[in-house]
Amino acid sequence: MAENCAVIGVGQTQHDSKRIDVSQVGLVREAALRALEDAELDWKDIDALVIGKAPDLFEGVMMPELFLADALGGAGKPMLRVHTAGSVGGTTAIVAASLVQAGVHERVLTVAYEKQSESNAMWALSIQLPFQQGVVAGAGGYFAPLIRAYIRRANAPEDTGIRVALKDRLNALKNPYAHLKFPGITFEQVAQSPMLWDPIRYLETCPSSDGACAMVLGNAKAAKRAPHKSAWVHATAMRTEPTQFAGRDQVNPRAGKDCAKELYAKAGITRPRQDIDCAEIYVPFSWFEPMWMENLGFAPEHEGWKMTYEGATALGGDMPVNMSGGVLSSNPIGASGMLRFAEAANQVRGLAGEHQVEGTRRALGHAYGGGSQYFSMWIVGDQPL
Amino acid sequence: MREVAVVSFAQTPYVRRERGRSEVEMLLPVIGQAIERSGIPKSEIGFTCSGSSDYIAGQAFAFVSAVDALGAWPPISESHVEMDGAWALYEAWVKIQCGHADSALVFAFGRASMGTLPETLTMQLDPYTLQPLGVDAVSLAALQARALLDAGLCTERDMAEVAMRSRRDAKRNAFAQLKGDYEVAKILSEPHLISPLRKHDCPPISDGAAAVVIAAGDLARSKCRRPAWIRGIDHRIEPHQPGFRDLTVSPSTTLAAHKAGAASAPLDLAELHAPFTHQELILRRALALPAAVRINPSGGPLAANPMMAAGLVRIGEAAQRIHDRDAGRALAHATQGHCLQQNLVCVLEGE
Amino acid sequence: MSDAEPVKSIVTPTRLAYEYTATGTQARFLDEISRGRILGQRCPACHKVYVPARAVCPRCGVATTEPVEVPGRGTVTTFCVVRVPSENIHLKLPFVAAHILLDGADIPFFGLVGDCEASEVRMGMRVEAVWAPRETWGPTLANIRHFRPSGEPDVAFEKFKEHL
Repeated sequence: MAENCAVIGVGQTQHDSKRIDVSQVGLVREAALRALEDAELDWKDIDALVIGKAPDLFEGVMMPELFLADALGGAGKPMLRVHTAGSVGGTTAIVAASLVQAGVHERVLTVAYEKQSESNAMWALSIQLPFQQGVVAGAGGYFAPLIRAYIRRANAPEDTGIRVALKDRLNALKNPYAHLKFPGITFEQVAQSPMLWDPIRYLETCPSSDGACAMVLGNAKAAKRAPHKSAWVHATAMRTEPTQFAGRDQVNPRAGKDCAKELYAKAGITRPRQDIDCAEIYVPFSWFEPMWMENLGFAPEHEGWKMTYEGATALGGDMPVNMSGGVLSSNPIGASGMLRFAEAANQVRGLAGEHQVEGTRRALGHAYGGGSQYFSMWIVGDQPL
Repeated sequence: MREVAVVSFAQTPYVRRERGRSEVEMLLPVIGQAIERSGIPKSEIGFTCSGSSDYIAGQAFAFVSAVDALGAWPPISESHVEMDGAWALYEAWVKIQCGHADSALVFAFGRASMGTLPETLTMQLDPYTLQPLGVDAVSLAALQARALLDAGLCTERDMAEVAMRSRRDAKRNAFAQLKGDYEVAKILSEPHLISPLRKHDCPPISDGAAAVVIAAGDLARSKCRRPAWIRGIDHRIEPHQPGFRDLTVSPSTTLAAHKAGAASAPLDLAELHAPFTHQELILRRALALPAAVRINPSGGPLAANPMMAAGLVRIGEAAQRIHDRDAGRALAHATQGHCLQQNLVCVLEGE
Repeated sequence: MSDAEPVKSIVTPTRLAYEYTATGTQARFLDEISRGRILGQRCPACHKVYVPARAVCPRCGVATTEPVEVPGRGTVTTFCVVRVPSENIHLKLPFVAAHILLDGADIPFFGLVGDCEASEVRMGMRVEAVWAPRETWGPTLANIRHFRPSGEPDVAFEKFKEHL
């Protein structure tokens, strides 16, 4: 019933703590123009826009897509703006893909961004609302207790998180777009970095970044005309569960497991670790890697940390994870999810440069948001399904 | 294309200030009613999508608490747009077109009374060139009204008549907020609020929520006596800067209506999301609606204007008229952004 | 003038005022806490008790009905030690932010743990609420300043692990 959808162009900005050289307009255009160039297309070749970003309070503009649409060739076109918290970049890509899959449009430009240096993202994240329990000590303070619970449940070695951070930061050195780069980084440096929210250390934490990501998605006809190899969308899935309810497992959320299950079923994947060649997943604090390895079914419960330990998730391992350096290296919140999806696509297209996993035929893009309650995922492959 | 229909609609009574209930408490009965009326068990709804705005709610991630009203367990396939619920309906419609779901729950909510709406909407402007001017929503609308009057395309009397008709028709709508008999002459004798707009030309501030269930083909037919089929749905955006546009016309509405096939058969009624009286006149012209077409039998946004939901309510109201056999073919319109910057048109038909 | 530096950024101070209203269940919770009582609410469908009291059970999507008072005493299910300065926290660094399962509640409560070394805090530790001086009480969770070790024996991991 659904049409095939292909990623025919990918673009992203140079991610940095403060892109003072561009306005929000300049930021999104940088990514969008690169995606168009990658697909050898012009603004007029695009039928619709799907824009994603996280809370508007981060930039101090209500519904900024309204003023940005012009800059993205949007006048006279349909434009949608998705917002599903941290997973938004992923959800945005899924909505864009569905426009092609539904046969509504032939070529869709999708852009996700965050310019956290404008307005004050940290303030927006921790606004103390009257009558409500505040988020004590930010996102780190929220997730650190969950990580402690994971360590206890899995009996995981305490330095697992350090190993993840080291790996992702080494990978980032191979990604020209990454925000945080620590040349020559060592295990000791990560281990000795200040403890922020025990057990999370400074170098195990994501940055706050300005950045944007864009993709051009097209149908089979558009893919045929594309200059580079396409990444075909095999499956997409989304799941939501309530933030807090009695008995909720926030460490290994069912929404994530169910989302992956549907995704694999649709993509014809029965053995995730074998059938998927590499993955870009949303890891804002290092320990989420082992946690998501279990949640995604790459490792049995309580054994996700073994994959890190064995080097399975390193660039040379059998299931490379976050070859781009991941969210730990660049975190423009609204774009982070789409960066995962786009990096997965570029792996399949053979366009990941220095952080390419050779021979990638199928890759997973994953994003999550809120209190680990929103999940968006996609599988892309080098052939239509 | 799959056949998709609106099979149910529910809404809260709209009020100036909802003091008794939180968003979740407002949504709970509305979502419950929409699902119940759809005849589709909650567990079988394939997709959920909502529309809301953090700036209206005065907090980041405002939509997250709304999930509590869904009883999202086991986990559900769900998405959210930072747009009027009409666009959430569009996303859900696309989902069904892909075959990823056969039914969807769409809802939207807003408590504009929490803030000072015209000022909040100043934030909905280009932050580099327009926001710093501090121009509010009513002033921008007034600029548009002035352009329309100066072009000789309407008179203040025409505007007052829209106000009068809307609130008179709203008397028959149990959910409407502003209803009653107003005399055109009396309206015109009142001072301008922000010239050339008078208070009556402006929408009320409304708190409220609405929900709609849409379903595909045979599922819709099996559950709903008279589904309101979505024969066409399209949306378009125009340049943001008011100075870049001719504010007296709405080409995005015209284009969206064309793409949605609005004119392929006669319409019985049109629910237009025109928060200001002069905007209804612009839209009627943009849609080339014949005089026989009933406009806003619900009273429209001039009778109740729940931010982020008013567009979805137009679709719901139009669908309800079809469900009730009050109409055979209807057009519903939704708008976002100042001065009708972005517009959606949905054409509904009963069999 | 052609010599002028291009403008690279502008700051637009913005101020928006919002009125938040505590409604129904939330208002009742705040009323009770202003009297030193912690109110939970039970869901008629899953029978779980939510603290703070909330109007709708998020799991079942139905209105909660039965008010249930819980004591200011409970178990730390998990926690983290915060070493970064955070706004509006009265405790000195490093302080402990914890999930505290109050006795009788089915969902942990976010709270701070003080009156002990951060290194003493452990999963399963029993704690009790430390209230602000009675004369300062108002309709706010801030009436509970933090929690401190109660001295009771720890709770075994098995007993609370389902709440993690």
